[in-house]
Amino acid sequence: MHAFDYATPESVADAVVMLSDPGKNACVLAGGTDLIVQLRENRRRTDLVVDVKKIAELNALSCDAATGLTIGAAVPCYRIYGDGQIAAAYPGLMDAARLVGGTGIQGRASLGGNLCNASPAGDTIPPMIVLGGEAEIAGPDGTRKVAVEDFCTAPGRTVLADGEFLVSLHFPAPAPNSGAYYRRFIPRNEMDIAVVGVGASVVLSGDKSSFVSARIAVGAVAPTPLFVSAAGEALAGEPVSDETIQRAADIARDAARPISDMRGTAEYRKHLTSVLTRRVVQGAVQRAKE
Amino acid sequence: MSKKVHVQTNINGEAVDFLCEPRNSLLEVLRDELDLTGAKEGCNNGNCGACNVVMDGRLVNSCCVLGVEADGCEITTIEGIGAAANLHPLQQKFLEHAALQCGICTPGFIVSAKALLDSNPNPSEDEVRYWLAGNLCRCTGYDKIVRAVLDARNGA
Ligand SMILES: Cc1cc2nc3c(=O)[nH]c(=O)nc-3n(C[C@H](O)[C@H](O)[C@H](O)COP(=O)(O)OP(=O)(O)OC[C@H]3O[C@@H](n4cnc5c(N)ncnc54)[C@H](O)[C@@H]3O)c2cc1C
Ligand code: FES
Ligand code: FES
Repeated sequence: MHAFDYATPESVADAVVMLSDPGKNACVLAGGTDLIVQLRENRRRTDLVVDVKKIAELNALSCDAATGLTIGAAVPCYRIYGDGQIAAAYPGLMDAARLVGGTGIQGRASLGGNLCNASPAGDTIPPMIVLGGEAEIAGPDGTRKVAVEDFCTAPGRTVLADGEFLVSLHFPAPAPNSGAYYRRFIPRNEMDIAVVGVGASVVLSGDKSSFVSARIAVGAVAPTPLFVSAAGEALAGEPVSDETIQRAADIARDAARPISDMRGTAEYRKHLTSVLTRRVVQGAVQRAKE
Repeated sequence: MSKKVHVQTNINGEAVDFLCEPRNSLLEVLRDELDLTGAKEGCNNGNCGACNVVMDGRLVNSCCVLGVEADGCEITTIEGIGAAANLHPLQQKFLEHAALQCGICTPGFIVSAKALLDSNPNPSEDEVRYWLAGNLCRCTGYDKIVRAVLDARNGA
């Protein structure tokens, strides 16, 4: 690995100063499960690694029935699913937090790092999108908020400008009669990169017979995780039935723009998008009924 | 080369200070600086678990942690688990069940399995298999390993 310096700022402001230094090509370290491997394999170069784990806001984890859930950008997966209240209120997010890597990776890997790494196959991104996640960003000009669905712009690229970094992720409190679900397809049981991943969240009517609203997002089938708003809109106001769910699945399939690679052909990925979307919406409905 | 950093840790119950460059992984520090060669380098990219150690109570892949990140942390390596004359129950069960062949994956499996039993003394077979999904073994296969861990439940 090439040589670099290492800093542990203790405030957001100090981190912004370090990341804004024009003379340095600095980068942010959270859990390091992507970054350290990328540096080692010379896929990335840096002069300064800014470890943000000592900043209080990046470690915050709070859940409130009225205001929703705030997850500091560096909070590792195990803390998220290890919190019973959060696990119960946001099962769709837990589906993903529990399947990033193995136990050792989950001891370090953060949702913030998963989002900022901007892999098209990042498992936590579709569920964050469907849960209406919002990213709080700090930079030289203060803070700003960006919806998670607008955060990734290309493989490995995000809306973060020079000197900016992700502070936290915020999710609204779950609506009554709502449910969310995330599933990916991989040829193994665990420890693999998604061939396709689909997240869905639904809000049902009081008698649970129809959809009030729905959000669907797909991973690994486009240059970025993709929010397919039309698929969710097709469900709004419709009865909960195999036909309506299949229509949404068809829309998600048609929105997918996958490539062919060693994990699967484009055609296979499109087919999987339809199958997974159907199952994931059914899973979200099931949770909304529980 | 960037300047070496002074790092203070507690490893296997003893205060340990070391100097390292920011680019050195915790695995490199353990093996090359501190002569704790029990943690192995299998893949060096987070996939095999041969380098697993416990850091502040959490299982981590030490190849995916920088040595400098360990400052102020408590670390348990395989050297801190059992002794030749007094094996940890997991080590005893690995022997009884022939849960190793070449043995390069074994330290990682024992460290990981101990972290599981410390947090969940009575895991189901499914829980053992999921917990150990990040540990790869090229020669033994997983059934004997899983049986050894299941047999060490409660005894650990
Ligand atoms: C063995 C293995 C298995 C894996 N399995 C999966 C899997 O199943 N699913 C999956 O989606 N991923 C997987 N990953 C990838 C990785 O673990 C995840 O993407 C993880 O969530 C990254 O989080 P981190 O905290 O480790 O990020 P880091 O490695 O610290 O950072 C990732 C990137 O984001 C940037 N960054 C981090 N935090 C911030 C911030 N606050 N502001 C700005 N930029 C930031 C970094 O500079 C870097 O570019 C796996 C990795 C390994 C090694
Ligand atoms: S050497 Fe660290 S996981 Fe393989
Ligand atoms: S015993 Fe050889 S790799 Fe597991």
